Amino acid sequence: MPSGTTTHQLQPDTWVDAHADYLYNYAVSRVSDSEIAHDLVQETFLAGLGSAKNFKGTASERTWLVAILKRKVIDHYRKINSKKGKAEVRMHYSSQEDSEGNWLEERAADPLSTKEHGVLENEELGQAIQECIAKLPAKQAKVFTLKTIEGQSTEDVCNELGINPSNLWVLIHRARTSLMACLDKNWFGE
Amino acid sequence: MITCEEAAHICTRKQYSEASWKERLQLYLHILICKACASFSRKNTQLTKLCDKAQLQTLSKKEKEHIKKKIQEQS
Repeated sequence: MPSGTTTHQLQPDTWVDAHADYLYNYAVSRVSDSEIAHDLVQETFLAGLGSAKNFKGTASERTWLVAILKRKVIDHYRKINSKKGKAEVRMHYSSQEDSEGNWLEERAADPLSTKEHGVLENEELGQAIQECIAKLPAKQAKVFTLKTIEGQSTEDVCNELGINPSNLWVLIHRARTSLMACLDKNWFGE
Repeated sequence: MITCEEAAHICTRKQYSEASWKERLQLYLHILICKACASFSRKNTQLTKLCDKAQLQTLSKKEKEHIKKKIQEQS
């Protein structure tokens, strides 16, 4: 791997912990199916490994992985669309004036577009929160995620991480304080 | 009377419904007279709402282990 000129490097060992949740949310918001989203994330990592030599280090690791995921999402929709029978396509093109037909397939919203205001806003919000979480010290991020996003009980989190409840609350408190500052400008309307 | 630091910690626990009624009362009384904590409390509550609204999801630990294993197999 050429070094010196590159600013970013790939560290596949840390991919899952560092990016899996971010990519997963990205995928879920586009395919609306948790199982498919899971598969797409996995395929993204594997494809990333396969083409790691093409990584030039000009973009961050995450940006690069997101770009791969985008292609995976597009491929996913191509695949399911090609399965859905060619008859519908033929009918559509042979009678373009046919306004009686209820060609939902053709009229369905573009799955890659999230123009609906609410969806877009929530997605941006989700990404903003995750980028802020990514800036936290690892332990704070972990505790915050387990407690807030996964909604685990204090006891379970303490057991998993081998800390006591007062440690936990200090970590969460610090995490929340940092997150408030991080999200402040854009998301807290005062 | 509780200190601002105590109030802030109670406020954080309250976001997870893990503050007792007595603590909540102490926090309430503190906020009445402390503008800084009132503002902190408002933001903290808003953060909870933002997190709910974003409907963030995570892959389970098991799923992550599974993906990690796949990555190791290939690399």
